[in-house]
This record gives sequence, C-alpha cells and structure tokens, in this order.
Amino acid sequence: MHWPIDLIVLTFVIFCAIAAISVKDLLGTAILFGAYSFMMCLLWTVMGAVDVAFTEASVGAGVSTVFFVAAIFRTSRRTKD
Amino acid sequence: MKFLGVVIVCLTGALLLYGTGEFPDWGDPNSPASLHLSNDYIEKAFEETQVPNLVTAVLADYRGFDTMFETSVIFCAGLACFLLLRDFSQKKERFYRHIPTGVILHVKNSKKILKVGKEFEHMDKDWVPSDLIIKTVCRIIIPFIQLYALYVVAHGDFSPGGGFQGGVIFGSSLILLAISYDLKTLVNRIKEKVFGIYAAIGVLIYVGIGAICMPMGGNFLDYSKLAPLVPGDPHHIRALGMLGIEIGVGIAVTAVMAIIYINIVSEGRHDEGL
Amino acid sequence: MTDLLPLIVAKYNYWLYVILMMIGLYAMIAKNNLIKKLVGMNIFQTAIILFYVSIGYKTDATIPIIQNAHGGGSHGAVIHAADYINPLPHVLMLTAIVVSVATFGVAMALAVRIYQRYQTLEEDELRMRLIDIGPEE
Repeated sequence: MHWPIDLIVLTFVIFCAIAAISVKDLLGTAILFGAYSFMMCLLWTVMGAVDVAFTEASVGAGVSTVFFVAAIFRTSRRTKD
Repeated sequence: MKFLGVVIVCLTGALLLYGTGEFPDWGDPNSPASLHLSNDYIEKAFEETQVPNLVTAVLADYRGFDTMFETSVIFCAGLACFLLLRDFSQKKERFYRHIPTGVILHVKNSKKILKVGKEFEHMDKDWVPSDLIIKTVCRIIIPFIQLYALYVVAHGDFSPGGGFQGGVIFGSSLILLAISYDLKTLVNRIKEKVFGIYAAIGVLIYVGIGAICMPMGGNFLDYSKLAPLVPGDPHHIRALGMLGIEIGVGIAVTAVMAIIYINIVSEGRHDEGL
Repeated sequence: MTDLLPLIVAKYNYWLYVILMMIGLYAMIAKNNLIKKLVGMNIFQTAIILFYVSIGYKTDATIPIIQNAHGGGSHGAVIHAADYINPLPHVLMLTAIVVSVATFGVAMALAVRIYQRYQTLEEDELRMRLIDIGPEE
C-alpha cells in the first residue's frame, strides 16, 4: 500500500462526489457518478479488495450508470439545485 | 431547510470524527476485526474447501445463507420493477420504415399492426438507432463480452469474480444489444417471459442445491454431503457445490438486470427505448 | 507537532470517509431533486462500504487469494493469517454493492412512475401538485 496513491485517489473521490451533487444537469450527475464509482473501484484495488473492486467496476460504474441514463431519458434532465 | 441540513450534517460529522479517535490505526494487523473469526477462515478455508479465493469460499460456503437471501433480494427487486412499471397498453402512434424505398410510415390511431419483416422495419419515435458503425462494432463485441462473463463465473473459485460479477457483465451485454440496435431487437429475441423464468430458475438452482444436501444426510447447503452424486475427487466437492450456486446466482442476476433496464427505459411498455 | 503527525497518518483515511458520509447526508437532506437525493444515498452507502473494507486491511499483507494453490501445489504448506487481508468484510460488502444496484433500480422505477404522474421530480413542485390535487385523489 502506497499512501500517496491512496490520498490522491481519495481526493478525486471527494471531488467527484461534490461535483456530482452540485452540477445543475442530471446527465452530468450521471456521468460524474460513474466517475465516482470508478475512482472508488481504484481505491478498493489499492486496498487489496479485488473482488469488491471488480463488483464495483461492473455494477457501480457500469450497470447503475446505464439505469441512471435510462431513467433520465424517461424523466427530465432539469434540476434546480 | 438548507441551513438546518448543514447544522445536522456538521453535528453528525463532528460526532463521527470524535468517534474515530477510538479506532485502531489504519492497516493495523491486530485490529479487533482481524483477530477472531477471519483468522480461522484464512488458515482453514483452503484446506477444507480446496478453493484458493477466500472471498468466494466464505461467500458461497460458510456464509451461504446470507448469499441466498441476497439473491432473493435481487429477484424481488426485479419483481418490484416489473410490478411498478409494466404497462400492457399499446401505444397508438407507431413508425415504420419501408426497407426497399426508405419511405417512413407514420401510423396514427390505428389498431392495425404492420408485420415487421423483409418489407417493413420498426422505428422508434424519439431515437432512430441506425448507425452502421455502432451496430457492426457491437455485434462483434457482444459475443466476447458474454464469453468473458462465462469465464468470470467459471473462474470465481480461483480468481476475482463470481456469480454476481459474471451475471452483471452478461446482463450488460444484453443491454448493449438493446442500446446499439433497438429495444425491440432484444425483446423479440428474448421474450419477457423467458427473463422472468430465468430469474426464478437462478434462485431455484441455489435453493435446490441447498435442499438436495438435506436428504443426503447433511444440513442445508452442506455441499460435502453431495460427494456420492458427483463422480471425481471427493475432496473437490465443496468447490463444485460453490460453482453450482455461482451459476444460479449468475443466471438470476443476468435476468434481473435485463428486466430492470427494459422496464425503466421503455416505461414498462417494452416497445421503444434508448 | 511531532506527536500529531503519526496520528494524522494513522487516521486520515477515516476522516476522509467521514467527509464523504457528510457529503452524502447533506445531499439527502438539503437537495430538492429526487434523483440528487438518490445520488446522495448512494454516496453515503459507498462511504460506509469503504469504511468496512478498510477495516479488513492489513499492512504488509496480500490479497485474499491463497498463493501457489492452483493444482494443489501448496498442500502441507502452512498458511499464516497475517499474510492475507481479512476476507470477511469483503464478502459482506460485495453482496451489499449488488443489493445497492438492485435498490437503485427500484428507486429509479419509482422516480419514473412519479414523473409520469406529476411531470416533475422537484420536491417543492411535487408538494404544490399534491396540494392542488387534494387529499381525495
């Protein structure tokens, strides 16, 4: 475990989380949330939890982004905050 | 409301930060979580089950009940999506393309459904996926994604992976088919009923393997009692039992992912989507 | 100051997880859009999962897959628990992630249903429409 990698990836995770909840377009939220999940997957790989990282890469960054985009396609991109 | 939210969040965060003072240091090998049960798992799991991947061994064997009910939760989620969204009414407006001439027909307020085949092609109202490059690339890629998913399920015992991951990858290959062609292609190729039946079959395989152990003289999900049924080395029987339930989990997860996607993207009408 | 540095190195991961949890909680409480609330819920969830996984981490240990085990190569070799990362939190959290995507799918289905009926996902507009329609419907 190299702590600089851990610290850099954690910083990216927090930036992605803040951006995902503050951007004023839900499609942007979807993509930033996918980036957040992928960064989380990297973090788990660094921690040695390979199974969890694999699950997060396929589930969090893959399928849940697709569900998100599908739901936005059927509702609206508009958001006030 | 925002101010109140900030106050609540700051209070909770301060309490949690105060609590971290009592935690063991990060990465400490002697933290309480790593002292009791997990050492037994690490030292004895390979000897007992012949499965090198400890996560799979604990997931599918020692904590088999937990995983069984997680699979049931996923099945219930698929069922909930179906019940919330499924709408059996036909849309009145439909679009067709006459393939030889390229003329687009707009059918309004008609019950008559044109036969889709060599002459006519179904078209979506909002989105017309007819890009040759995307279709061709996806057609080439999809079999490899599915092969990889099967590899992930089959090698769950030896490398990272297993039923959940393999099932999700297989489900996403089906979703890719629905996105690159159109939703009709997927729904016509694999009927809605088939997805439902597969989701149920996956859970049934899991519970069935657990239940077969009981007449053989063991407890529920005690794979070591299955040895007389399977030819081969009896030492590997627990690994084979795990492979069986991973296949069940994979089938259930694949079907449920497809059900959720199809229902959300078409608002339950199963006619047109992303 | 020299006492503080080891403390920071030992604990900064936990502090960042707490910050992540706070971001998720704030989005759940203060955001107006239902989908933003869902994103907040997922961030909260992943922060807790991250915390659990980090509990199992051991310095100088490798991933929880027994080495040289393929083909029965390591029969008789003694396995030391300190050489492998604790697999138990990984197992618990692996299933939690898959269940989280299932619940996320159901939540999205609910959001689509709400939009079909009220044509909005904003909480305050939703409240207005509910008042307009009245309690009968």
